[in-house]
Amino acid sequence: METKPPGDDVENIVAIPQQEMKNNWSDLLVQLAERRDKQIYIAIFRHFAPKIKAYIARLGLVESTAEELMQETMLAVWRKAHMYNRSKAAASTWIYTLARNLSIDWMRKQKYPEYGLEAWHEEPDEERNSGEDEVTADRLQKAISQLPEKQAQVIYMSFFEGRSHTDISDRLGIPLGSVKSRLRLASEKLKMIWRDDV
Amino acid sequence: MNIKHHLDEATLVSYAAGSMSQAMALVVACHISMCSSCRQRIHQTEMIGGMLLENLEPADISESALEQVLACIDEAPEIEESVAAAPIFDSAPLENGADRISDLPAPLADYIGGSLDQVEWSRIVPGVYYHDLPCKTERGGVSRLMRIAPGKAMLPHSHDGNELTLILKGSFSDEIGRFTAGDIADLDSEIEHQPLVDSDEDCICLIATDAPLKFSTLLGKLVQPMTGF
Ligand SMILES: [Zn+2]
Repeated sequence: METKPPGDDVENIVAIPQQEMKNNWSDLLVQLAERRDKQIYIAIFRHFAPKIKAYIARLGLVESTAEELMQETMLAVWRKAHMYNRSKAAASTWIYTLARNLSIDWMRKQKYPEYGLEAWHEEPDEERNSGEDEVTADRLQKAISQLPEKQAQVIYMSFFEGRSHTDISDRLGIPLGSVKSRLRLASEKLKMIWRDDV
Repeated sequence: MNIKHHLDEATLVSYAAGSMSQAMALVVACHISMCSSCRQRIHQTEMIGGMLLENLEPADISESALEQVLACIDEAPEIEESVAAAPIFDSAPLENGADRISDLPAPLADYIGGSLDQVEWSRIVPGVYYHDLPCKTERGGVSRLMRIAPGKAMLPHSHDGNELTLILKGSFSDEIGRFTAGDIADLDSEIEHQPLVDSDEDCICLIATDAPLKFSTLLGKLVQPMTGF
């Protein structure tokens, strides 16, 4: 049944990884840890630094602080790259937690309680697909756009404004229980995109 | 560890978003380090954060930002040492009289040192002790360890906000069920409960709230054993 001309497969093997590498930040981060290569770092920096700054600015920090914390986060990416475990998280998730922790530490002058490195280092549980960030970025965007507005709102208020349940409850003038049920519903729907392989 | 009571999904979102008080985040981090199923769940919840970051409109960054960061790297190129993986929490006594690795989840050990035996307790009433932690709270909430003797109960109470109670040792039962080491009671204002310590040993829990309990503002009233009155 093989009717492909000879050489075609070889070409595909060469071509596919190159194309994936263009956007696969998780693989790049693993390579950064292994090779300590500045060119790889610069590529990661160009992609993530402006997004990290946008995230920090949304938490309500002034521009100069957002710039400073962004630089600290990017420095942490270099210094902690060897702690990154791609079976546990996509590059964007890992970098997000670095930015989150540094921002909170700065705002509260207290270290955000982390659940410990064992969480990143323990034996890999069921492997997630490589390139999951690329595959699911579109899906997530779609999933978020499909959330009822009230559910999307509490997700944004949590992640981008750093508001607690009680704070959201006050702001929106709704009971605490409603805030929590909206968050629950939203989160469960968003998580479906990782379970749903279709 | 046989954990039956887990974190509410809404609590996981708040932790992943970095939007809960230090006190609450500590209890969550402790449960996660004890519970593989919630660890699994938090990874996914944090992925929401990663995806939201990925979808953000990029901000303008300073032109020299990359240069500055590269200069920092050249100045101190050494990478950060991996901190030795924190011991996995294990409350089961080890055989052969070997020392237990730790009776504390790692995030709590950062605040009180290696062991529950080292905690300095203050007495509220006979059989009920507390130790306040230095974590920041929200709206007059608490961040503390409680140690309660067998057979003691707490007065029924409710709260305006959330309450997280993680069992580190011993057990208690309330209207919701029985809670043993590793279990977390993740409650909000809709629930009124009256926990009764039903283990042979003292029950030690880590508690955080984001509002004072309904009945009082006085510390002595926070936990009022039925028998203490
Ligand atoms: Zn759990």
